[in-house]
Amino acid sequence: MEIVLISLLNGFVYGMLLFMLASGLTLIFSMMGVLNFAHASIYMLGAYAAFDVTRLIGFWAALIVAPVLCGAIGAAIEIYGLRRVHHNGHIAELLFTFGLFFIFERGVQMIWGMLPVPYRVPPLLDFALFRVYGSNFPAYRGFMLLISGGMLLSIWLLLTRTRIGLIIQAALTHPNMVSSLGHNVPRVFTTVFAGGCFLAGLAGVIGGNYQITEPTMASALGPIVFVVVVFGGLGSLMGCFIASIIMGMIQTFSVIIDGSIADLVKGFGVSIPSDNLLGEILNVPGSRVGPLLPYALMILMLLVRPRGLMGNRDT
Amino acid sequence: MSAATTQTTAVGRFKGHGKTWLWVGLVVVALALPWVFFNYQTGRHSGFVLTMLSQAGMMILFALSYNMLMGQAGLLSFGHAVFFGLGGFSTIHFLRAAGNGTLPVPMELMPLLGGLSSLGFGMVFGAMVSKQRATAFAMITMGIGELVGASAIMFHSFFGGEGGVNADRMIERSLFGVNYASPVQVYYLIVAWTVIGVVGMLFLTRTPLGAMANACRDNFERAQFMGYDPRRVRFFQFALAGGFAGIGGALHAITYEIVTFDAVGAGLSANAVLMAYIGGSGTFYGPILGAVLITLMQSGVSLMSNSWLIYVGVMFIGIVAFAPGGLAGMIEIHGPIARAGRLTRLIVPYIRLFFPAFAVLIGFIGLVELMSFLTIGAAQGKTLELFGNKIDVKAALPWLVSLGCLVPGGLWLWFESRAFGRVWDRLTEDLKERDR
Amino acid sequence: MLKHLRRLIGAAIVLGSMLAIPVAQAQETIKIALIAPFSGPVAPQGDAFLKMLKYAMDNVNARGGALGKKFELVTFDDKITPSEALIALKSVTDRNIPFMIQCIGSNVAAAMIEGVAKHNARNPDNRVLYLNCAALATELTEEKCDFWHFRFSGNVTMRVATLVRGLPPEVNSIYLMNQDYLYGQGVAADTKKFLAQYRPDIKIVGEEMVPLQRIRDFSAYITKIKASGAQALITSNWGSDFNLLIKSGVESGLSLKYYTFAAHVNGAPTAMGDGGGDRVVAVLEGHDNMGIELKSAKYNAWIDGFRATDPGFDYPWINFQSMFDMLATAITKVGSTDVLKVALALEGMEVTDLSGKPSIMRKDDHQLLHPFYTALFTKPVKNESEKTGWGWKTVNGLSTADLTFPTVCKMKRPI
Repeated sequence: MEIVLISLLNGFVYGMLLFMLASGLTLIFSMMGVLNFAHASIYMLGAYAAFDVTRLIGFWAALIVAPVLCGAIGAAIEIYGLRRVHHNGHIAELLFTFGLFFIFERGVQMIWGMLPVPYRVPPLLDFALFRVYGSNFPAYRGFMLLISGGMLLSIWLLLTRTRIGLIIQAALTHPNMVSSLGHNVPRVFTTVFAGGCFLAGLAGVIGGNYQITEPTMASALGPIVFVVVVFGGLGSLMGCFIASIIMGMIQTFSVIIDGSIADLVKGFGVSIPSDNLLGEILNVPGSRVGPLLPYALMILMLLVRPRGLMGNRDT
Repeated sequence: MSAATTQTTAVGRFKGHGKTWLWVGLVVVALALPWVFFNYQTGRHSGFVLTMLSQAGMMILFALSYNMLMGQAGLLSFGHAVFFGLGGFSTIHFLRAAGNGTLPVPMELMPLLGGLSSLGFGMVFGAMVSKQRATAFAMITMGIGELVGASAIMFHSFFGGEGGVNADRMIERSLFGVNYASPVQVYYLIVAWTVIGVVGMLFLTRTPLGAMANACRDNFERAQFMGYDPRRVRFFQFALAGGFAGIGGALHAITYEIVTFDAVGAGLSANAVLMAYIGGSGTFYGPILGAVLITLMQSGVSLMSNSWLIYVGVMFIGIVAFAPGGLAGMIEIHGPIARAGRLTRLIVPYIRLFFPAFAVLIGFIGLVELMSFLTIGAAQGKTLELFGNKIDVKAALPWLVSLGCLVPGGLWLWFESRAFGRVWDRLTEDLKERDR
Repeated sequence: MLKHLRRLIGAAIVLGSMLAIPVAQAQETIKIALIAPFSGPVAPQGDAFLKMLKYAMDNVNARGGALGKKFELVTFDDKITPSEALIALKSVTDRNIPFMIQCIGSNVAAAMIEGVAKHNARNPDNRVLYLNCAALATELTEEKCDFWHFRFSGNVTMRVATLVRGLPPEVNSIYLMNQDYLYGQGVAADTKKFLAQYRPDIKIVGEEMVPLQRIRDFSAYITKIKASGAQALITSNWGSDFNLLIKSGVESGLSLKYYTFAAHVNGAPTAMGDGGGDRVVAVLEGHDNMGIELKSAKYNAWIDGFRATDPGFDYPWINFQSMFDMLATAITKVGSTDVLKVALALEGMEVTDLSGKPSIMRKDDHQLLHPFYTALFTKPVKNESEKTGWGWKTVNGLSTADLTFPTVCKMKRPI
């Protein structure tokens, strides 16, 4: 029971971190049709920028400076890069961000070196918030929840209460119609791309010291964010949120499953030897396949319902 | 859409003019290359060059098979290495079986077996993915790639876990009595199978399937109205592409005599995208150029610079932004001018373009290398040497020289490229005038 | 046609001359190839190893090298993939470099053993000797052992034995966490074997195999460990799998001891920080404070010399020095760099390592037998690790004799 409660909490924190990354990506993806491969790289950049700003000024300054920097970089990518390749089609745009991913990874190694950098939780937040069944719940995780919750609220307000938000919402579902109505769609694109990168940068600031700030953090998190976006569905922030939480929960809960399919059928008196490939697959306990479950789920989802959980059109 | 139309015309033109002599010439060059690098003092072939050429051969098959999806069918796959790797793993098991006498197949037919097993895997996965297209297709292939890649480390009986599976290629059974002890014999086997694979894929582009793949890429709804099932077209194209990639994987297994989990990994899948796109996915031969170039960079340039990845990345981005047709596209646009016999008019503009471009290149490489030596290289205790002179990466001079090459060079290049554009436009205008 | 051909030949000549330059260089040094990952996810390890190996080599060179020549490292990037490593091996043999060091990744090492064996069998006039400095999977000198492969580092079995026998008597329940691949599985199997042999009183209350470098949040595992009530955690995780595990454990206030195999490797002390203090025990072949503990001026000078280069990490691999010492001795003894003669001279060679203990290259399986220690991450210490304020202090140790286990290797010899 206590494992379930603690895992629930941890899964929620991880899911919210995923959501911070995925929300920006899903906005970009739904509007521009670009699956931005460099999105996780921006997250990494946010973490490294926060590390440097924290060293120079302080963590609280980093919380503002690093995301703004990432947003500016995002705007630059959109204006000077994506807009240029836009007329070559979606594949060209996607491949452009794919190339950026390589450059960012190596660039980060060149600037900050290859080893992890000591980007730590600020001392002010480095204490146990409360104890559940003898386990500390670090205050920093509470802080992360606060930030991501605040972000969720402000996105929602922005999208429903402001003019630009309404245009974005319209452009999410009917991009062609919006441009026909005379809105400056390229500027909306730039805004959304910069906004998405801002969120990724913010996720980097609070995720970089929650995890480890190192050059491989982008390639480690990138694919799973794609999974969240595709699973959640195009054009739906709600779907993205639910997908993030589901993926966060899966990652934490699969760990506590010790049984395998072979164990399951053992109850019926059938034993499966593990000396061939099929037998091996059936004998793997749940905790070992946990990190693969999101991919399997995504494939299943796309096969059954290509528009994703709450998407309003096919991906 | 414009990209799509140029793609069709390029492939179409290719069908019209069979530049057979060029292909034959390429094969002759491939056969002769090992002897260019033959060391007559020691009487040995250069093992490095042979391995690199062999690697290029299997990568050509890999990139071309990938282009059956990306270029010909408009399907973006992020898990193509699965078929390369599974073909390789199957072949290594066949080799083991042949080695202990349970599989009486001569060495020369091993790639066929590898290709057939990948074709089988391609049909299984193809049945799953062919229902989808566009992004959903790309995401499913990415998911499959991740799943197979992770399985390759987890499951030992087929993939051998982290250590991989190895075998001895000297199975003592050959159609021509060759024992394949020396790499040059293997290289000729690779050349033979690469030619077979290339001819096979070329042939496929001329079959109704190839034409329908193009049709479904350009306008799948219309293809559907005409009574073709795009799903079946995707299925066959996907499975066959897997099969040809499997031949490449089989050659990998024969060359290295070991296959490990990285042969199905995401890195190799990404390489397929890079090779096909940099070479030019709009033409049949483009991925061949891409495969050769990337192999040279990966194995050759990486010996000289640790920053080779950044060069690949920048080159890739440059091509996406400025030359979406890839290297082959750049060659193709000279076609009309060459046919009109006006190519000589471009010589001077190209020479004028060359100098600033060279300056920019030097400046950029200089900055990247200085930067990486300042952080990573210093940590390795390495020194940057240029023509035998040690360069102090902390001094201002080399940085200023690099910047001095890059910034004014960039301005100059911008200026010259505008001038070049004007010459180019005038030429093409002239051609249009003449055609009228 | 002609124009194309001329261009092709031109390109070939340029390429050829590019490759020919290194071959044409004069042979005034004894070249040793280092094949390691310098790009890709494990590049930090490649970097650190190059630095440490270079320091050990420079020490031998300062003593005059061998045959009046100095040693020189030539580096090749293998991107941690076996096929790239095999391509690099081809350039090594092309340049007639007689010795090749490859250390990182047991998968690469397994491919290299095969590759070198096949190359040497097929090209007896151009052999190469494989010096393995840190690929640890035990089977490399057991089932997969080969005459041309020498391992200058204690294998998984020796490490696990040191750890299990170093467990304090009050520990009676442990939890195992290892990465789900060759190395981690080997550690898990050996740990169970030695626990049954030496400490039957200890109960294994739980076991995890984590997918390699894929978990980004270990808090679920921590919860599970906590629920099991284990007193100690034995883990062979390395890289981000280790760093994130310790981080999660410390954050959630998990109060147990971590018995590790990689907490002393570059980057890990930074990741542990204060959280790992007095809590993490590592199995290692040496550490930066051992010279002080042993009051060995020689060892101390060696450590100080390395730390003076400000590398940013510790140098625990004192066996690297033994490796170069042995190589120089063998070359001097046989008077040439003939690979077969040097290999035969290395067999059964015994040297004294920096700590003054014997290191023996066993003839039967080409495994270096040397002592191992367990050390605690604590303070105050003289030489702190990676500027964390904490450093290593020896707790326990096993001698060379203690760590000499029988081998199943059936080596095929060329003579």
